[in-house]
Amino acid sequence: MSARIFVPGDSAAISVGANKVADAIRMEAARRGVAVEIVRNGSRGMLWLEPLVEVETPAGRVAYGPVTPGDVASLFDARFIEGGAHALALGKTEDLDWMKRQQRLTFARCGVIDPVSIADYRAHGGFAGLEKAARMMPAEIVAEVTASGLRGRGGAGFPTGIKWKTVLGAEADQKYIVCNADEGDSGTFADRMLMEGDPFTLIEGMAIAGLAVGATKGFVYIRSEYPHAFRVMEKAIAEARRAGSLGADVAGSGKAFDMEARLGAGAYICGEETSLLDSLEGKRGQVRAKPPLPALKGLFGKPTVINNVLSFAATPWILAHGANAYADYGLGRSKGTQPFQLAGNIRRGGLVELAFGVTIRALVEDFGGGSRTGRPVRAVQVGGPLGAYFPDHLLDTPLGYEEMLAVKGMLGHGGVVVFDDTVDLARQARFAMQFCAIESCGKCTPCRIGSTRGVETIDKIIAGTERAKNRAVLDDLCQVMTDGSLCALGGLTPIPVVSALTHFPEDFEKPGGLRLAAE
Amino acid sequence: MTETGHSAGGSAGLFDEVRAREIIGGLAGLQGATLPILHALQEEFGYVDQRAVPLIAEALNLSRAEIHGCVSFYHDFRSAPAGRHVLKICRAEACQAMGVEKLVERIELTHRLGVGGVSPDGGLSIESVYCLGNCALSPAALLDGEPVGRLDAKAIDDIITQHTGARA
Ligand SMILES: Cc1cc2nc3c(=O)[nH]c(=O)nc-3n(C[C@H](O)[C@H](O)[C@H](O)COP(=O)(O)O)c2cc1C
Ligand code: SF4
Ligand code: FES
Repeated sequence: MSARIFVPGDSAAISVGANKVADAIRMEAARRGVAVEIVRNGSRGMLWLEPLVEVETPAGRVAYGPVTPGDVASLFDARFIEGGAHALALGKTEDLDWMKRQQRLTFARCGVIDPVSIADYRAHGGFAGLEKAARMMPAEIVAEVTASGLRGRGGAGFPTGIKWKTVLGAEADQKYIVCNADEGDSGTFADRMLMEGDPFTLIEGMAIAGLAVGATKGFVYIRSEYPHAFRVMEKAIAEARRAGSLGADVAGSGKAFDMEARLGAGAYICGEETSLLDSLEGKRGQVRAKPPLPALKGLFGKPTVINNVLSFAATPWILAHGANAYADYGLGRSKGTQPFQLAGNIRRGGLVELAFGVTIRALVEDFGGGSRTGRPVRAVQVGGPLGAYFPDHLLDTPLGYEEMLAVKGMLGHGGVVVFDDTVDLARQARFAMQFCAIESCGKCTPCRIGSTRGVETIDKIIAGTERAKNRAVLDDLCQVMTDGSLCALGGLTPIPVVSALTHFPEDFEKPGGLRLAAE
Repeated sequence: MTETGHSAGGSAGLFDEVRAREIIGGLAGLQGATLPILHALQEEFGYVDQRAVPLIAEALNLSRAEIHGCVSFYHDFRSAPAGRHVLKICRAEACQAMGVEKLVERIELTHRLGVGGVSPDGGLSIESVYCLGNCALSPAALLDGEPVGRLDAKAIDDIITQHTGARA
């Protein structure tokens, strides 16, 4: 029997050489006449250890990392295939502190299985939720998701079950399931990791939604910055179709559901749900006024469930283990787990799935090990480009939807970006406005014009020109954008700006003219 | 400026109407076919030629203005050919936290290449993007669609030397 060796095919792992390591292992094995089977699994989420190579031993999976092609010969010398000792040996993967301390429900299989093997997926509990749903009434499925307390993981935190109920109740000849895999928030990569590492979980979740609301067609809209995730999803959809998990008779339910993957085209605003729907229809991705809700008039004017990747991907676990088991995790009205993403200037960056309620500090310090540069952590941005910059004294805030609002931030998609003490928050505030100006869909003035004015005004403050007056202008602009924007791009851009002004005022008071404004 | 007249992209006038019609015809049956068609055309020709707009409009029974509006709305679609290689550099927050702006400065000042343009020899296009989902291994980039993590000055120099006539 050939030895099973796992070398992640996740694009983060590839970005630091995983393909070269896989090639080196293949060649070295051939040279030594050792039979090996190389599985390109997803990432375990310990991204600082990538490429993380694992081998299957009778005692369990043993990890080595970070491996370079140059290490491969010595790994064979050390009989790593049997779990032999080596300078890069980390021990059993399951026993690693970083893994042991997580509560992996959605990401339980990611990095463990062959991402596009239906057999592997089943062997690890896959399709249990869908098979249960196939024997339930639509309203029962919706009730189960509602009872779990699951809230949308795309940013707004709207209860998923309630959205599904609206679509179930709508009368129409055609309904759609749309997965928002635009994942535009900087500092986030959980959707990507799941699509690359365990795509069947997303397919299963979308199929469950289809059965729940009576939709027969689904689309997953993937951003074009994720070409690799797109290819894996397409392959997985084809496999699921072959296995009968998609198609005319989904999991023996007697009901049809099929889906397609579609590519975005580099517009942040297409993550906003109505803009995404227009884009899927083949139009410019402009935000639609609500009402009507997409749940009633969504894709091609038909009732549509639109949810984030992680929202759909949570439902197979909920169906398989029950709503109560899921709701047992979490804090207050934030039920279940959130895959947090640790990014930026951090020693141990990666994906940590935990029940809501963990503090920012626990993630940054205990899991992340502080900054990568070794300098003091000065600011942490939570929730993507529209999220707040937090100073040290707010790092003990627990992560939950309401808890983040209480400190004038937002949880967003669960991204946590660390900056050391070289960061200049005036520049970061300027970038927030600039990003809004670049990505504005142009439909409303406060966003389109306000953001450009915001950049100019912050430039003046940085330069030291009439600071008090320009501070007042900036405050006004933020207010107008907050109150007068149609969607959250214009509406929430003031969050990072105001947080920078509030928590790091000294960065706006440095002597003018000493710094070049960032472009 | 050393290498000239290479394969993909490189020079204008590569547009082939017959091939374009073939691509459009093959995808026109999809629901909401505009984006898949534009992606396929760009994949084939390296950019979306103006001459394709009326062909798409006709096939999808939409107005030229609608198709043109679409091409211009999305950052991905180029109206002119790209370089033979394309480097997309992430300039969003997690990459800023690891110094991507210093690398951009290096590209612009040391290598004298414009971010958002093509190198004079047509070898390399450098584009800004905002997040590639590789934020734990930042600064991040995509080189011809392949992910590159933990970019540093040396990696930038190597990419530029390999793909342009320049010597850093
Ligand atoms: C500017 C903007 C960008 C957004 N980007 C995303 C995104 O990339 N992914 C996502 O799932 N939701 C995004 N959203 C939120 C969606 O509009 C919507 O709330 C979400 O898809 C609903 O799914 P959920 O309930 O499962 O979160 C964005 C919203 C705005 C205003
Ligand atoms: S706030 Fe900005 S992005 Fe949102 S609808 Fe208005 S112009 Fe478009
Ligand atoms: S912020 Fe640069 S890859 Fe995400």
